[in-house]
Amino acid sequence: MGLTVISRSNPLSVASNQLRILGASGGHPRFEEKLAAAGLPPLHAAGITVFQINVGKLCNQTCHHCHVDAGPNRRESMSRETAEACLGALAQTDIPTVDITGGAPELNSNFRWLTEQAHALGRHVMDRCNLTVLLLAGQADLADFLARHRVEVIASLPYFRGAQTDAQRGDGVFDKSIEALRRLNALGYGKDGSGLLLNLVFNPVGAFLPPKQAAIEAQFKRELARRHGIAFNRLYTITNMPISRFLEFLLASGNYEGYMQRLANAFNPAAAENVMCRNTISIGWDGQLYDCDFNQMLELTTNHGAPVHVRDFDFAALARRRIVTGNHCYGCTAGAGSSCGGATL
Amino acid sequence: METYYHPHDLAKFAEMGKGNKELWEKFSAYYAAVFAEGALTEREKALIALGVAHAVQCPYCIDAYTQACLEKGSNVEEMTEAVHVACAIRGGASLVHGVQMRNVADKLSM
Repeated sequence: MGLTVISRSNPLSVASNQLRILGASGGHPRFEEKLAAAGLPPLHAAGITVFQINVGKLCNQTCHHCHVDAGPNRRESMSRETAEACLGALAQTDIPTVDITGGAPELNSNFRWLTEQAHALGRHVMDRCNLTVLLLAGQADLADFLARHRVEVIASLPYFRGAQTDAQRGDGVFDKSIEALRRLNALGYGKDGSGLLLNLVFNPVGAFLPPKQAAIEAQFKRELARRHGIAFNRLYTITNMPISRFLEFLLASGNYEGYMQRLANAFNPAAAENVMCRNTISIGWDGQLYDCDFNQMLELTTNHGAPVHVRDFDFAALARRRIVTGNHCYGCTAGAGSSCGGATL
Repeated sequence: METYYHPHDLAKFAEMGKGNKELWEKFSAYYAAVFAEGALTEREKALIALGVAHAVQCPYCIDAYTQACLEKGSNVEEMTEAVHVACAIRGGASLVHGVQMRNVADKLSM
């Protein structure tokens, strides 16, 4: 498995270096110009229905496409104090969904407390799970914990075959992921009538766009059932974002300009109107506020007069804030659109 | 190095409409209809196109349909089999003409 960008002292570990690359003209218009040319105003939030908490960058995997640059050596991790501030902000609102991500969010010492508290507040909790974390020593009861709190599991699995999955996520990850999925299925996850939602995430294993969501979901359902007897609810296609380790791959493989051109050519105004940042607030491990997890990794905090830290959370102001955009936003507006909940069209 | 084929020329395909707009538009509409989901899925049609691209040895088509196959969810194993199908048909087409050779030879020979 590869190392994180930051541990290799790669210049891409500095957000401003990534922004400089993304901001340079690559034969495509700036994202904001593309919006304007399509007759769309600058993006603004239209409420907040998802309270997404990134609890840190620690992960037991080092996937090649990771926009977080997460890995075993990362130490950024949300404290109890910040987790309490998140819960305090959440409690002031009626935001129905809490989406917990990382890194491997389950490795944060406050993950279970955060989940219990959000569940007690009557909110729907989602866990963005890399699957292999369920097999780690010390996490033997994790699947039971998730089921007990009716947590929706959003699990990464880029393909139904080992070669492709391991090429993106590391050697041996596919076999472990299948074992983890079997454990979840055994608890009722992904089974009709259980109410325990198990949704998979498909990321392309390379510099190309994802397939149509419905088509690849049908293929995954057929193949995972046939090959491994595994069931799941939905499959979400997510476009790889030209950030951090995926940006490094694009540059090193000579695919950067072609990929950005592909994203820009596939710009879809309807997808732009449905981007997830318009109904999401993203909170970083240190309590900073962002329009999305991608902006978070580029260190682009909320702006245009909106609060920038969870301790100053102001629902009314944030729910109508202007979104901070850049050329990486082409990743969410290409084709059928892309979001943490899959295609948006 | 000068060559007849340039990858960036693929993006100029639509310039063929400048010579005859009506025919280009008819071709484009037909092309889009052919590759739309029908009795065959878009994924299956892209795999067929990839095989044909190799049979006609069109580098533009190979470039475009390799990407299309990946973007429709196919994997390299499936795509390799599609190329072998093209190869088998091309090779078989040569070999089956050996029957003509045998017919002629039988006629001419004592």
